[in-house]
Amino acid sequence: MRATRWALVGAGIAAGTVVVARSIAPKSPGGRELEKGRWRSVTIDKPVDEVMRDGIPEPLAALGDLIEVRATDAPGGRGTELSARLVDGEPTGAGAGISRLSGTDPRQAVRTALREAKQLIEVGEVIRLDPKPEGHRRNTPFGAIVDMGAKRSGGEGVL
Amino acid sequence: MKALVWQGVNELSVERVDDPQILNTHDAIVKVTRTVTCGSDLHLLGGYVPTMRSGDILGHEFMGEIVEVGPGVRKHKVGDRVVMCSFMSCGNCWYCKQGLTSLCDNSNPHPGFGEALWGQSTGGCFGYSQTTGGFAGSHAEYVRVPFADNTAFSIPEGVTDEQAVFVSDAVPTGWMGADLGGVKPGDTVAVWGAGGVGQMAARAAMLLGAERVIVIDRLPERLRQVEEVIGAETLDYSQAEILPELRELTGGRGPDVCIEAVGMEAHSRGPMNAYDQVKTPLRLQTDRPTAVRQAIMAARKGGSVFVLGVFGGVVDKFPLGAIMNKGLTLRSAQQHGHRYIPMLLERVQRGEIRTDHLATHTMPLDEAPKGYEMFKNKDDGCVRVAFRPGG
Repeated sequence: MRATRWALVGAGIAAGTVVVARSIAPKSPGGRELEKGRWRSVTIDKPVDEVMRDGIPEPLAALGDLIEVRATDAPGGRGTELSARLVDGEPTGAGAGISRLSGTDPRQAVRTALREAKQLIEVGEVIRLDPKPEGHRRNTPFGAIVDMGAKRSGGEGVL
Repeated sequence: MKALVWQGVNELSVERVDDPQILNTHDAIVKVTRTVTCGSDLHLLGGYVPTMRSGDILGHEFMGEIVEVGPGVRKHKVGDRVVMCSFMSCGNCWYCKQGLTSLCDNSNPHPGFGEALWGQSTGGCFGYSQTTGGFAGSHAEYVRVPFADNTAFSIPEGVTDEQAVFVSDAVPTGWMGADLGGVKPGDTVAVWGAGGVGQMAARAAMLLGAERVIVIDRLPERLRQVEEVIGAETLDYSQAEILPELRELTGGRGPDVCIEAVGMEAHSRGPMNAYDQVKTPLRLQTDRPTAVRQAIMAARKGGSVFVLGVFGGVVDKFPLGAIMNKGLTLRSAQQHGHRYIPMLLERVQRGEIRTDHLATHTMPLDEAPKGYEMFKNKDDGCVRVAFRPGG
């Protein structure tokens, strides 16, 4: 499977447009692919062949068969739209909320990986925050909410 | 090291904290020699920005000396005397390349907050809540400066600490308001707010060729600075009705460019002030846009309004009809200082922009809680307080 994926990646780069890292999914009569997650994307200010030079960029590649990936030219010479989506769909309902809070929602892993891939390609490293100097942190309910938000923020948002 | 720490609404303390470390190859560590209060800090202090956490170090407008650099830093070396832009710029994303550096894609490790609030996140900023990245601020003896080659600027000879520190934020923010507000030679420009940013916006408008610049505030010591140091005209809104005054001063047209440099805690006189003062504590709106409303109503037909003041959420009674029917251009931004700071340092060096009068009070970091109290209450003619972390 891995060899097939790299072959497709290579073919995509050669075509200069789209790279799909897994077989094409079944489609509904309206043409919409079924039971998969939404494409989540970052735009990287580099050409497609540079973004995909070594295949799917890390850390997206580490998500393996959990996702499929595509890279397309952004309009107006704005680089590459690097997108990923969950192959087996996205969590819904009450379980989704719990998984978001616990940090096990696979969408968080996709968002984090997309953002980190962009940083690695554009600036060569992922910006770190900790350890940092800080004063006394009081244990309050609101403080716990802010801490949770900060902890999950890299994997959350509208991406 | 010592640092000024936010502990809750209107509660600050000076505490012993860990020293910062180099965490990324592009980082530098700066020994802070001057760091100043900013009006936007008052929004944090007052609890208007909900992602503050007790223990966060405040401060985003500062200068100092580089004492350590990461292996990826090329432009700077240990010993350099530098002023930092309050926002960080990676220099390599599309936004940074366009000069829209406060929108940097890669400098904010907490994008989820901004995306949830506004649909997209800003870049990282020193000491300005978890929403802008959760970075430690500059009201400390030392601070970590990410992307140091882009975020730190060498200070030219002849520019003093007291002058240079305001090129971190007040000067470029004010310049941006005049520049992106579209000030052209011959324009009449009105500026709401005579604090550091408003004064710098007024000076920028004059340097960009405005024929007449009018600054609006109510605090006599600030209005006096505008007249005596900046050289602009003033209006005291506690004494005058602003809209009729501006109409009279502009031959009935209204100002070509209106720059709002007040922010979410604006107040005025009249019923709209009472309305905002009631609705904000009830969380029926998060910000008080009093000055923005007035700027929109004052602007001439086809003119422009630039919002420099910091806003965080939603407002009420926003005169959208005036924007549409008068054909106004409304723009805003956190400061894109990186595109202006080298030029502004040269202007300060040549004496075209004066900033040293803004620091009406200077004190050691140990006295910072008292300094913020003075700054908040505008005691003793306080415009800005400069802290010297080295004592």
